[in-house]
Amino acid sequence: MTQPIKFYQTGTFTVGNRLLPPEQRSVQSSIARDNSLNSGHRACQGCGEALGARYAVDAAMRATHGRLIAANATGCLEVFSTPYPESSWQLPWLHSLFGNAAAVGSGIAAALRVKAHKAGQEQSDIRVIAQGGDGGTTDIGFGCLSGMFERNDDVLYICYDNEGYMNTGVQRSSATPPAARTATTMPMGPEPGAEFGKGKNVPLIAMAHEIPYVATATVADLRDLEAKVEKAMSLHGSRYLHVFVPCPLGWGSASCDTIKLARLARETGLFPVFEAENGQVTDVTTIRRRVPVEEYLRPQKRFAHLFGDPGRPDLIARIQAGADRNIERFGLLGSQTSEAS
Amino acid sequence: MKKPFAITLDPDSALANKTGAWRTERPVYVDRLPPCNRECPAGEDIQGWLYHAESGDYEAAWRHLTRDNPFPAIMGRVCYHTCESVCNRAKLDAAVGINSVEGFLGNEALRRGWQFESPAQESGHHVLVIGAGPSGLSAAYHLRRLGHAVTVLEAGPMPGGMMRFGIPKYRLPRNVLDAEVKRIADMGVTFRYNEKVTQLVEAMRDEKADACFLAIGAHIAKRAYIPAKDSSRILDAVSVLRSMEEGDKPLLGRKVAIYGGGNTAIDVARTARRLGATDAVIVYRRNRESMPAHDFELEEALEEGVMVKWLSTISSADEGEITIEKMELDEAGHPQPTGELETLAADSLVLALGQDIDMSLLETVPDLTFEEGRVVVDPETMMTGHPGLFAGGDMSAGERNVTVAIGQAKRAARHMDAWLRGANLGPKSEKAVADFDRLNTWYYSDAPKTIRPKLDAARRTSSFDEVQGALTEDTALFEARRCLSCGNCFECDNCYGVCPDNAVIKLGTGQGFQINLDYCKGCGICAAECPCGAIDMVPEES
Repeated sequence: MTQPIKFYQTGTFTVGNRLLPPEQRSVQSSIARDNSLNSGHRACQGCGEALGARYAVDAAMRATHGRLIAANATGCLEVFSTPYPESSWQLPWLHSLFGNAAAVGSGIAAALRVKAHKAGQEQSDIRVIAQGGDGGTTDIGFGCLSGMFERNDDVLYICYDNEGYMNTGVQRSSATPPAARTATTMPMGPEPGAEFGKGKNVPLIAMAHEIPYVATATVADLRDLEAKVEKAMSLHGSRYLHVFVPCPLGWGSASCDTIKLARLARETGLFPVFEAENGQVTDVTTIRRRVPVEEYLRPQKRFAHLFGDPGRPDLIARIQAGADRNIERFGLLGSQTSEAS
Repeated sequence: MKKPFAITLDPDSALANKTGAWRTERPVYVDRLPPCNRECPAGEDIQGWLYHAESGDYEAAWRHLTRDNPFPAIMGRVCYHTCESVCNRAKLDAAVGINSVEGFLGNEALRRGWQFESPAQESGHHVLVIGAGPSGLSAAYHLRRLGHAVTVLEAGPMPGGMMRFGIPKYRLPRNVLDAEVKRIADMGVTFRYNEKVTQLVEAMRDEKADACFLAIGAHIAKRAYIPAKDSSRILDAVSVLRSMEEGDKPLLGRKVAIYGGGNTAIDVARTARRLGATDAVIVYRRNRESMPAHDFELEEALEEGVMVKWLSTISSADEGEITIEKMELDEAGHPQPTGELETLAADSLVLALGQDIDMSLLETVPDLTFEEGRVVVDPETMMTGHPGLFAGGDMSAGERNVTVAIGQAKRAARHMDAWLRGANLGPKSEKAVADFDRLNTWYYSDAPKTIRPKLDAARRTSSFDEVQGALTEDTALFEARRCLSCGNCFECDNCYGVCPDNAVIKLGTGQGFQINLDYCKGCGICAAECPCGAIDMVPEES
């Protein structure tokens, strides 16, 4: 019988699965997970960044057997986790400035290398991550980040992308998508919200540095995110992981919809999920049930001005065209035709 | 400790910050009633036993299943599986093959010789069961499980009732029936055959029975007046099917006409084909839409070459032929005669017009009431007007099929037990149904579409012995894992993983989860991402 016996009722989509052998289960399904970002943090209800950070750092902790130091940029992640003198972090963790997380990470890696050499070892067993939001990564910390890439410092940089400066009151960043309302891109005039054709795609810029590893992920696909962190920690040199994390406050979405929106961002093609080594795309996560962008945009108040009567179907069509471009560019439909639902 | 400028708190973990105070709604784990369970006439916990089957623990699955129904191998062959018609998975791709997995578990139990456990404690009560059909056997099983001494009195020479004398072998092999009945006898139930009870009150007194369950089948064929010559050959369906079991095979001839539109008519037609009839023609006075027989049985019969004369009545029978009259539907949809006649070659005519029950044994029982040839029972407890006398199966109202009989008998047995203990079970608490809308179907793997035809082919290996094929272990496991576990946690860890506040506590295998209300902010992600809809968001009291 050619029965695919690996069919486990919920496949790999759920966090855990009692039918899988323990070694194949996700980090997050384990009672022994580190909870690197612990309870009591002050993130909003349904915060995607808090979730993404725990997913990524817990996976890195497992990959390094707990031998891990984190440098953190200013932003929500820093403010909600560590209002002095309390902290939710359960690993050595350092915050310096908004724009220098990558440089601080580089410095820690350099110091560890020196200490290892003095101890007669080739390299330290302690690994380094640097992390920040999209503001601290794509705008303010961009110079330090590019320098870290260019020097190929032994740091995994993780960007939690919630598409704006949420901590300071929802201002536009260079990761804010077109037509989105923020405090600085109000929905008025002929082109309401953030402008089309601006901003930057940092994963592609990171690839242009030809660093060992670049990947994107979302909080909606835990197994994929954990696999990418593990892969990154198996390599040395500069590595970059860009995690898509919905923000209920800044996006005007229901707190319970955080994972759903991340899922829809991928299924519409608006956020391509892929990985690249040494500047070459090596794998993409194909779309499972393709949906039009409306389904992603409508639950978010930051796009409310696109809907209603008469609404802006022309702008929705431009956003759809962007998604279609991604689908073509990254081959997000794979070889099979999309499974309409 | 000396604190820096503008600092009033000591360095600490953020665990000191009880963010649960922000909450306006709290997640609550619930168990909802899966639609399959609600639909099952035998009241099986289908989702519950599939859960065990999914992990390959077939014995646990079988033991869970047989809490409600002692006949999984029989069910896997003759149950009309109305559960599958309401399965939520049908809205995704195709319903879970519940019936086929049940049959697999039944076969597995017979193959491995799994037995029922004898009751841990004897109650000291003696209960009489009249009739060893599906209803009587089910009642005997459940009463024995509850610790009562049970004696089954059967008028016929063998157990099974209509499962033996009504259901043909090609649907239910007799070794399967015998094996599942024997397992009940092995629990310590006494069976006595060829003992027809004629006076119930005396029988109960003679047997020193504290209570009695009446489960006499409908074995008397209904007749219709058909003008017939002496040379015509007219039989009734019950005796045709019965003679397949006892003694000589019935002589039906090459061309057989069957009068009636129920499952029994179809069983006779298919039996006639197997006995060598070239023509087996069912004559039915209405059309296909109003036929009481199950559609899949008709389909199988048509595939086997059985023919049907719709909208026809039989007006007379003669040697070698019958005369039928065409009918047409009036505006109200009732068939009306047209006067148009035709003849049909028929060596024999079998009447399958329904069956009645011989209730003469109840004549001297006080306090009983009868309605339309059935004993009136309390629909909740199944007790008749006579205290301690319960009735089920064909004797009570409701659809007459094996699964319904088994379910009614279970209910009766539980109420008999309560009555014997002087207790009252009270009304059953009805759980909310696990609707499809509450599922987050993203999380269920697509069961590859190539699988279904393979299963279908396995289910339909056409042979004289048994039409319906059985699943192998691989296919059964696959089929079980297609269950969505609607409304009942199956420990996928989603809630535990998706909480941004680590506020879900995983209690360990089989223990489920608990919400840490000190830190739960009430965002609702756990409820939204629960695949099976087993978490409700409940407003906090202000």
